[in-house]
Amino acid sequence: MRTAADTARPAPLSWIEPRQWRVAAADRESADVVTLALTPPEPFRFQPGQFNMLSVPGIGEVPISISGDPAVTGRVLHTIRDVGPVTRALCALGPGQHAGVRGPYGTSWPLSAAEGGDLVIVAGGIGLPPLRPALYQAIGRRDRFGRIVLLYGARTPADLLFARELRSWRSRFGLDVQVTVDSAGRGWHGSVGVVPGLIPRARFDPAAATAFVVGPEVMMRFAVRGLLAAGVASDRVYLSVERNMQCAAALCGHCQLGPFLVCRDGPVFCYRPLARWLGIREV
Amino acid sequence: MPQTLEPLLRGQPFFSGLAPGHLALIAGCAANVVFPAGTFLFREGEPAETFFLIREGRVALEIAAPGRGALVVQTLGEGDVAGFSWLIEPHRWEFDGRAVRRVRAVQMDGTCLRGKCDTDPRLGYDLMRRFAAMASNRLQSTRLQLLDVYGHAHGS
Amino acid sequence: MLDAIRRRGFRLVGPVVRDGAICYDDITAAADLPAGWTDEQDAGAYRLRRRDDGALFGYATGPHSWKKYLFPPAARLLPPEQPPDRPFAFIGVRACELHAIAIQDRVFLGGQHKDPHYEGRRAEAFIVAVNCGEPGGTCFCVSMAAGPRAASGFDIALTELLDDGGHRFLAEAGSERGADVLRQMRARPAADADIRASRTVSERAAAAMGRAMPQLDLRGLLYENYGHARWDDVAARCLSCGNCTMVCPTCFCFGVEDVCGLSAGTGDGNPERRRSWDSCFTMDHSYLHGGPVRVSVRSRYRQWLTHKLATWEDQFGTSGCVGCGRCITWCPAGIDITQEVAAIAADP
Repeated sequence: MRTAADTARPAPLSWIEPRQWRVAAADRESADVVTLALTPPEPFRFQPGQFNMLSVPGIGEVPISISGDPAVTGRVLHTIRDVGPVTRALCALGPGQHAGVRGPYGTSWPLSAAEGGDLVIVAGGIGLPPLRPALYQAIGRRDRFGRIVLLYGARTPADLLFARELRSWRSRFGLDVQVTVDSAGRGWHGSVGVVPGLIPRARFDPAAATAFVVGPEVMMRFAVRGLLAAGVASDRVYLSVERNMQCAAALCGHCQLGPFLVCRDGPVFCYRPLARWLGIREV
Repeated sequence: MPQTLEPLLRGQPFFSGLAPGHLALIAGCAANVVFPAGTFLFREGEPAETFFLIREGRVALEIAAPGRGALVVQTLGEGDVAGFSWLIEPHRWEFDGRAVRRVRAVQMDGTCLRGKCDTDPRLGYDLMRRFAAMASNRLQSTRLQLLDVYGHAHGS
Repeated sequence: MLDAIRRRGFRLVGPVVRDGAICYDDITAAADLPAGWTDEQDAGAYRLRRRDDGALFGYATGPHSWKKYLFPPAARLLPPEQPPDRPFAFIGVRACELHAIAIQDRVFLGGQHKDPHYEGRRAEAFIVAVNCGEPGGTCFCVSMAAGPRAASGFDIALTELLDDGGHRFLAEAGSERGADVLRQMRARPAADADIRASRTVSERAAAAMGRAMPQLDLRGLLYENYGHARWDDVAARCLSCGNCTMVCPTCFCFGVEDVCGLSAGTGDGNPERRRSWDSCFTMDHSYLHGGPVRVSVRSRYRQWLTHKLATWEDQFGTSGCVGCGRCITWCPAGIDITQEVAAIAADP
């Protein structure tokens, strides 16, 4: 869609125009989840927690959290769950094909603010990918944090993502990784139960802890309740929230959550100012 | 006379805050047990006269469904309590309890404990409150599991 | 004057009588304007009526607003559209509309990401404002501090004077290019009496408002009343038709859609990305994971009103409402936001 004359136009692009990024790799993580490694046509930098708008021409465009290491610039990872026509098309892309990309958008995980204390990461299902960049960054500055705890859950063992990394985070980097599933058969020797159930027994100092939480909204509400009950301050809990997003540029009005525009004031929010809005039905 | 398990019970989160007199009273109903990995602490349908305070290891609450094998509904670990059925008629285990890893636990004799509660209603009241809180917690978790929050909106 | 503007290369758009209302459309000369017409407006009611004079601007606002040109109802995003060949000249812009344009300027141009379509149409737009002499039955610009007199944001502001002194216009320059046009006119410097007469027009208009928004901390009131019973009351009347969002001069929601196939406008079947006006009253607006967040009419009406009067301020630093009254006039159920707010304020 961009002509030769267009490429001579000076940056920056308007919010409308995606660039075509080449698919370097497509890794299947589970039955309905794929991680696309995309190559940006020019240097690309993002903060953990930010997202790109990915598109397939003629089908549509969706917000996808960037799930890779911010320090790795040549390939930008996006972990996508197949839930509709656009994500289905993205999950079907193979190396050599292209996806439309524009971004990065949104707010990021406040890792600097969390330094000096314990970091507690609570992830449910497809909530782990948007947290993974924060984990990479925290591991890269391991000595600036106390304990780093990851509490992660999925529906069944087959739905768990990044299994190899979970093991290496535990063994090589000294992260306290607790994994659970909602249901399992005999072959699973791990924990069965909901992610919030892991919180009371997790070992961290609530007085000096910062928590990052991502998952289905119901799960996040229970997890936040558990964190607050454990003594974590409400202004040291951060969530990543989703709403219908079409422009990602604070122009189309769809992603409103009360006074907030999720594409601009989020998706990462501090829990304290958000709390009253999460409690209002259909807001 | 073997040393009582009172110190052990004192360390159990479930009994945290129990009056020392009450702790001494129920210590007589306690026994130290070990279950090697793969063995069953209890089986569905059997008489339930005990409950367990897990000190170490992991217990899977399972139910066997024809055609689906054993389904694990929840796992319990260090500090958790396994067993309500000693409290409620008809006193039969509702699930299988299998040691996923070797389990060390304190086994409490339900008949013995019920007798002590009958004699000392204050003890009974305190224990009931603790079990009610735990049951409520379990219910909340179970409901969250039921919601299948990770499932596809249109069913997967 | 219209001629002078047109010859400077502008496309003139202004009020015309069409389809039983005063709408905005292309015009070429003053003869196209609705001379001798006025409107009668009330909740859910709009009628045109003949005046007994030949006033060119003797009416309030109609169903159209200038957003129809600055932010067209449908546009192609990709492949990029050709920009309009000539900049617009808006003839007859009311004070409330000047405020509405300024509000949309904040939305489309005031953030980190500007909207190029809006920017392209807005940048060169020539604005000829008119000070209202005949407010409508649903007007409440005074209580929204948005009129009735044009204060800024225009190139030329006119006040129509129709009295013993004749039918004439007091013209005020608001910019260098506005002054430039006026210098070309066969105009004489305004007499003091005319200047006073112009102010009287505005004073009389301010006293003739059809409605009033309660003067209180709207944001605070609405933030504390998300659970108010009034929302159920209005939900029983609201059809969620979205008329209010279409006629409102500040509503800016748009939906983005990818289209492909033989129906694609370029005719060669290549995919297009389009945008079109959207409304928070639709079930799709808040769609997420298989269903809308705002399912009930109650929640959707509440979203519209609280956004317009409260959360807009947190998002963009201004109110979203200019008191033009269109939402009241064009609501088939006759719902009046000033009344809804008053009901909540009466019993918070």
